[in-house]
Amino acid sequence: MSTPHVLLGLLAGGSRHGYELKRAHDQRLPRARPLAFGQVYATLGRLERDGLVATAGQDRASGPDRTAYELTGEGRATLDRWLSAVEPPMPYVASTLFAKVVVALLVADVDRARSYLVAQRAAHTARLRELTAVKADPAATLSDVVAADFAIAHLDADLRWLHTTLGRVADWHREVHP
Amino acid sequence: MTQLQARGVVRAYGPTPALRGVTLDVAEGEIVAVTGPSGCGKSTLLHCLAGILRPDAGEVTWRGHRIDTWSEAARSRLRRTEFGVLFQFGQLVAELTAAENVALPLLLAGTGRREARTAALTWLERFGVADLADLRPGEMSGGQQQRCATARALVTEPWVLFADEPTGALDTLTGEQVLTQLVRLAREQRTAVVLVTHEPRIAAYADREIVLRDGLVDHTGLGLDVPLAGGAR
Repeated sequence: MSTPHVLLGLLAGGSRHGYELKRAHDQRLPRARPLAFGQVYATLGRLERDGLVATAGQDRASGPDRTAYELTGEGRATLDRWLSAVEPPMPYVASTLFAKVVVALLVADVDRARSYLVAQRAAHTARLRELTAVKADPAATLSDVVAADFAIAHLDADLRWLHTTLGRVADWHREVHP
Repeated sequence: MTQLQARGVVRAYGPTPALRGVTLDVAEGEIVAVTGPSGCGKSTLLHCLAGILRPDAGEVTWRGHRIDTWSEAARSRLRRTEFGVLFQFGQLVAELTAAENVALPLLLAGTGRREARTAALTWLERFGVADLADLRPGEMSGGQQQRCATARALVTEPWVLFADEPTGALDTLTGEQVLTQLVRLAREQRTAVVLVTHEPRIAAYADREIVLRDGLVDHTGLGLDVPLAGGAR
């Protein structure tokens, strides 16, 4: 995720202090890793250095959390370019799940690979259920639901792969060890 | 309290075995997903539990009564009054409006016409399709029809709802909206649900998952008797 662009986006509606940006980030991206205050200020510092945000005033001269920031024209243009750019679909299969099965087949046997797949599938299913409970909670906000949807869709894809691979692992082992 | 039990249920279609001795319990208000690959016997098990099919061997009991030995008429009455049944598609009566379809199980159970229509409208409202009350199935989308069918399956406030791939013909968002509402309302009125699905993300709505493989409960299968994370309920 591009934290600088998210912060630019959160400033698009008007100037904000660092602590307001952190709060808005955690509220709008509820299942993302919470943003540390230090990261917010470090990122704002870089954005200011690059001319994408500017100081919009200070309530007091007592520390950085009282400094408000606003988008510059260049910051708005950068944000617009980012929003218009399509993200490239992942070009490489780089998942640890995939690598672990490959290595299990190389250094061990079908049973080892299969037991890993079964255990991983159980862990994925448990997480899928946790996220489904979050979604199904009547108190869930739409932000919660959409964030859970995103994670569920990826877990679901992994689960389908784990399941299919369980059915293929014996043949795959024969290919790896002809 | 256990509502529904299967003990060593066996069922074949001609020479082809579908169930080879399935045993399971469903508690009051419990939502149980029955999963497994195509051809593992999921739908046959649901049909046996709901009294639609008779097992070749084994027993099905409901609240302590053995129902697999009952006559077709008695089992049919049980399905009308105590059970709800929901399939993937094609369940609404084409000649009846949405409200008439939903009211139908109540009318068959002897409820008065006005009371049945009021209840039907309430249930259509719960599924967000009250404005379609006077439309016939042919005038509705697939998702709207399935909302009506789900309302009809729950209108008698059954003890057990049997749902066979209830969202299988719907797009992801519509399917999830129907399922979320189904699960929420079933929990509210403590209707147990036997949910047949092959999709992990659908099974994740259940309290417990039972995996079938080749007509047997797969004790090595994923999710067997695994409670919902967080110990919900």
